[in-house]
Amino acid sequence: MSLSRKTAVAGVFEHPTRFAPDKSLFQIMAESVRGALDDAGLTIKDVNGLCTTGIGMSGMGIVGFCDYLNLTPNFVDSTSIGGSSFVAHTAHAAAAIHAGLCDVCVVVYGSTAASSRFAIGTGGGGGGGGSGDPCDQYEIPFGPTTVGSYAMVAQRHMHDYGTTSEQLAEIAVTMRLHASMNPAAKYRDPITVEDVLASRIISSPLHLLDCCIISDGGGALVITSAERARDLKKKPVYILGTGETVRHAARGQRDFLEIAAAQSGRLAFERAGVAHKDIDMAMIYDSFTITVLSTLENLGFCKRGEGGAFVSGGRLRFDGEFPINTDGGGLSSNHPGMRGIFLVIEATKQLRGECGPRQVKDCKIALAHGTGGTLGTRHSGATLILSNQ
Amino acid sequence: MAEQTQPKKYSKPLPHLDEENRPWWEALQRHELYIQKCGKCGDVRYYPRALCTNCMSADTQWIKCSGRGKVYTFTTTYQNQAPGFRESIPYIMAYVELDEGVKMLTNIIDCAPDQAKIGMPVEVVYEDVTPTVTLAKFRPAR
Repeated sequence: MSLSRKTAVAGVFEHPTRFAPDKSLFQIMAESVRGALDDAGLTIKDVNGLCTTGIGMSGMGIVGFCDYLNLTPNFVDSTSIGGSSFVAHTAHAAAAIHAGLCDVCVVVYGSTAASSRFAIGTGGGGGGGGSGDPCDQYEIPFGPTTVGSYAMVAQRHMHDYGTTSEQLAEIAVTMRLHASMNPAAKYRDPITVEDVLASRIISSPLHLLDCCIISDGGGALVITSAERARDLKKKPVYILGTGETVRHAARGQRDFLEIAAAQSGRLAFERAGVAHKDIDMAMIYDSFTITVLSTLENLGFCKRGEGGAFVSGGRLRFDGEFPINTDGGGLSSNHPGMRGIFLVIEATKQLRGECGPRQVKDCKIALAHGTGGTLGTRHSGATLILSNQ
Repeated sequence: MAEQTQPKKYSKPLPHLDEENRPWWEALQRHELYIQKCGKCGDVRYYPRALCTNCMSADTQWIKCSGRGKVYTFTTTYQNQAPGFRESIPYIMAYVELDEGVKMLTNIIDCAPDQAKIGMPVEVVYEDVTPTVTLAKFRPAR
């Protein structure tokens, strides 16, 4: 049973805030839901499915958020696998709609990470499962951080393939160029490779400017059947294929350069029935520069070990051979902790031709890949392939 | 009256000991490092678990390790705001691949940040951090 082109993204909204010290999480989320429904030409009365992560102290904040919205949906999913969650939610929503479990499903995210002064990457605990799960017991005594986990992947990649800090820096420089064309982006002043290399080391070999920023923010998506989407306000963006999985220490026997994207990407391409050469632009989760390089290799856009050369020479620019992260990404636009939803929002806007100066020409098929958790310890990956045709 | 010196409190996070991992932590207290091998299918695993990660058998054998291995990858941490670690930066976090074939997350100690290398031979150092917890860290092999 193929899901390809049976469902569509009918509405998207990225909350413009990057700093909201006086808003609650739920207010940001509700404003995002309203924005996405307005974009689709629907109202809250049409919504009978809801997806968000395991927000809140209880981890079951989705119930609290339904209380806040006075919503009683027929389908709820608070899959919580880190930053990739919302990419996975999009797949789950599509499957639920196709199976008849709901008709209009909203995927929503909100966070006040910046105004709450939450140290996402360097607060200790290593991200992922925090510090309470059995698997954490063999890590927390040694001072893992989120950035450190990614840094260990970068170090090994450099050792095995001669990848350089300059090559990783090119990714950050390109994201900043894109942010300069996004009025909502948090950091818009251009940077150079030299600037990245001159920024302080946070966890070797990663510099400050190899790391995503911390912002507040939120966003929402409206998913419905392809048939219904065709009658709505905006041109539908069809869901062609999805894939998701996890990677971990594999009982102490993992190859750390093989990441979740290898499996989730293969599944998404198979299910979508498209080839790599068909992808006109991609949204690649950029928690750190190494995340992008490693993801591009594992998705199969270049061979293992060739990521350094692949990301060089302006290839990833909006006007380059393989444009990615045209919104400026987590490295420059916004990163409230889990930015998977923004990958789907920007890919949808590109496919609709709504991106103004940063618009990718003739954009027909886009890929979004979210990475959640910590690359060098435990992480999830979710891939989505979308098309305007 | 002379002031009494309080023992310095260990402020880094400590592991939770329970039924499936207590033998492993108790061995570390004796300054011995073990990994597990399934008694049924022979699959080797780290970290300690009650059931085999290949066949789910509860028949567990313990293999005593030589305490020697090589650095698989590492990072020198210059920023960590967690208590206990913010006072310890810079420190080296690494995966060490033991001679017995599994990779374990640990710290490399007695090693300057610019001396750490992937492939570097290392040996275990047992650090008794509390009366009940001993950590397996590694230093450049001598």
